[in-house]
Amino acid sequence: MDRIKQLGMATAAALFATPALAQDAPGLDDKINQAFADFTGPFVSFIFAPFPGTGFPWIVGWLVVAATVFTLYFAFVQLRFFSHAISLVKGDYSDPNDAGEVSHFQALATALSGTVGLGNIAGVAVAVGIGGPGATFWMIVAGLLGMASKFTECTLGVKYRNEYDDGTVSGGPMYYMSKGFDELGLPGGKILAILFSIFCILGALGGGNMFQANQAHQQIAGITGDYPGWITGVIFAIIVFLVIVGGLKSIARVTEKVVPFMGVMYVAAALVIIIMHADQIGWAFGQIFAGAFTGLGIAGGMVGALIQGFRRAAFSNEAGVGSAAIAHSAVRTKEPITEGFVSLLEPFIDTVVICTMTALVIIITQQLLIDPETGLYMLTEDGSAIATVDGNSGVSLTSAAFASAFGWFPYVLAIAVVLFAFSTMISWSYYGLKAWTYLFGEGHTKELIFKIIFCVFVVIGAAANLGPVIDFSDAAIFAMAVVNVFALYFLMKVVRQELASYAARLKSGEIRKFGH
Amino acid sequence: MTTKIVIGLDGTETGERAIAFAKDLAGRIDSCELLVVYVIEWSPFTFQTPEENALRHKRREEEVELASTRIVTPAVDALNAAGFTAHGIVRHGDVAETLNAITVENGGTQIVVGRASADGFKKRIFGSSTQNLVMHADVPVTVVN
Repeated sequence: MDRIKQLGMATAAALFATPALAQDAPGLDDKINQAFADFTGPFVSFIFAPFPGTGFPWIVGWLVVAATVFTLYFAFVQLRFFSHAISLVKGDYSDPNDAGEVSHFQALATALSGTVGLGNIAGVAVAVGIGGPGATFWMIVAGLLGMASKFTECTLGVKYRNEYDDGTVSGGPMYYMSKGFDELGLPGGKILAILFSIFCILGALGGGNMFQANQAHQQIAGITGDYPGWITGVIFAIIVFLVIVGGLKSIARVTEKVVPFMGVMYVAAALVIIIMHADQIGWAFGQIFAGAFTGLGIAGGMVGALIQGFRRAAFSNEAGVGSAAIAHSAVRTKEPITEGFVSLLEPFIDTVVICTMTALVIIITQQLLIDPETGLYMLTEDGSAIATVDGNSGVSLTSAAFASAFGWFPYVLAIAVVLFAFSTMISWSYYGLKAWTYLFGEGHTKELIFKIIFCVFVVIGAAANLGPVIDFSDAAIFAMAVVNVFALYFLMKVVRQELASYAARLKSGEIRKFGH
Repeated sequence: MTTKIVIGLDGTETGERAIAFAKDLAGRIDSCELLVVYVIEWSPFTFQTPEENALRHKRREEEVELASTRIVTPAVDALNAAGFTAHGIVRHGDVAETLNAITVENGGTQIVVGRASADGFKKRIFGSSTQNLVMHADVPVTVVN
């Protein structure tokens, strides 16, 4: 437990973009923070409890084992159907008569806008800052394995979604748990669905809301100077309220269009920096591989790198969490498995491409200090993280790495972080709402209650210290994965039947491309 | 052999002129069928919120219903009443590409469209689409002023 607490504290410490932002602000922020930390402590401790006698959190093992099981059970579906997934996204297999419905591309882009964000910028910096370059290797491994988890849950999300008479759809783990278990004659589906919905609401309020609000505030405060977090929270809450309650769709639409642009710009900037340091690419990958198996002097060694890599990858790409199954379930397709194929691209883009870019930029610009005598990484005074140039960590570490090549980049990054945060909040407000309506039923008043709670948590997230916020955010999202993965083990045979049928028809030519 | 003329409508006056021209043309041909088409501009590569996605099927049905009742069905009914054989199609997609695809699918021999509309949303629907159609169509295109 001490190890976990140490990791949690290190995570919190490492993520502070502007150190002691909220601690120095007495009053309302402090009160909110203390009350929140007291309330969420036991839940967080349970989720991140280690295997007895080890420092390895059981929840990380749970996700890794699941991703590995799905990878093997579906015989490396992420490799076998990778190019087919790209063809599906391009629309090669889309019936022209379905034009006007949600396309595979749109479902993927919507799901991605909910996952690509702070996990890719702040989360990776935390992973590399604590776990060293080796964490990148385990992050990539987690991303590749996670593709199979995402494939499984999104296929089921479409297969068991609810299609209502008015043409709207609702889908996600709660539906495949209840309907799928019923279909297989298994008991307990409904209980799992209720549990998942509760955790999904907590996840929406935590990682999908408070963590985003908190980091957005830190970015804004980093530019304008320190001020109480609740002010940012109230402003954000009003904007979110206008969008999700007031129906001010124009803000959401603009965000949805700007966020992909920011994402592309982020990757392009990272690529340019990597190319500028082309002579060090080999060295950087050498550090990643060496660090993955030796730790290169980081706290916790190889296991420390592995835990950080897997934990941040899971938080970033949400494979196995079940959120993507909600986002992907709106697609129009006669073959649920096609959405599974498309969704497996999500961890690839999010983790294998974007997270790796961030990590490479941090490593290649030599933000992490190395002892020239030993070749090992130097640690901070408390030994919990790697010492960095100017003591940067979290978002500010990523920002400093990019600024070493482009002095103006921190400003762009700050805008990107705020937009990513907002886009993620909008996505998660929807995921949370779907879980809420599953529990309490559809209806204007019921939905309004959730939306108001969501907005209140924006204020709490911006005002609270990052430590309790990030721990609760991780814990809530991982709690979703506990229930979701459990259900997936029972339902994966349904996906295998779909896969076998689809693969046979694809091979026979029954399923073929439409001429465009 | 029946000649099929495809009329692309955009819900404006220019569409009316396209219909008038097509009627004149059809009147000079022994056996001629008119296919009235309205394409709702749509791309599968846009970015949407999760809520928009969840409502998309419903919105699509509403869009098709609106285009059918307000534009295509009245035009088809008027043509049939005037003694022509006419059918209507409403579909989503890129206007030029879809109009051409529908023409090819249905064995159309010619497309008649109005010149780009003058203003607002409708201009977006048929503005540069007319030029694209003229450039890339597989059959002759007549643009009516």
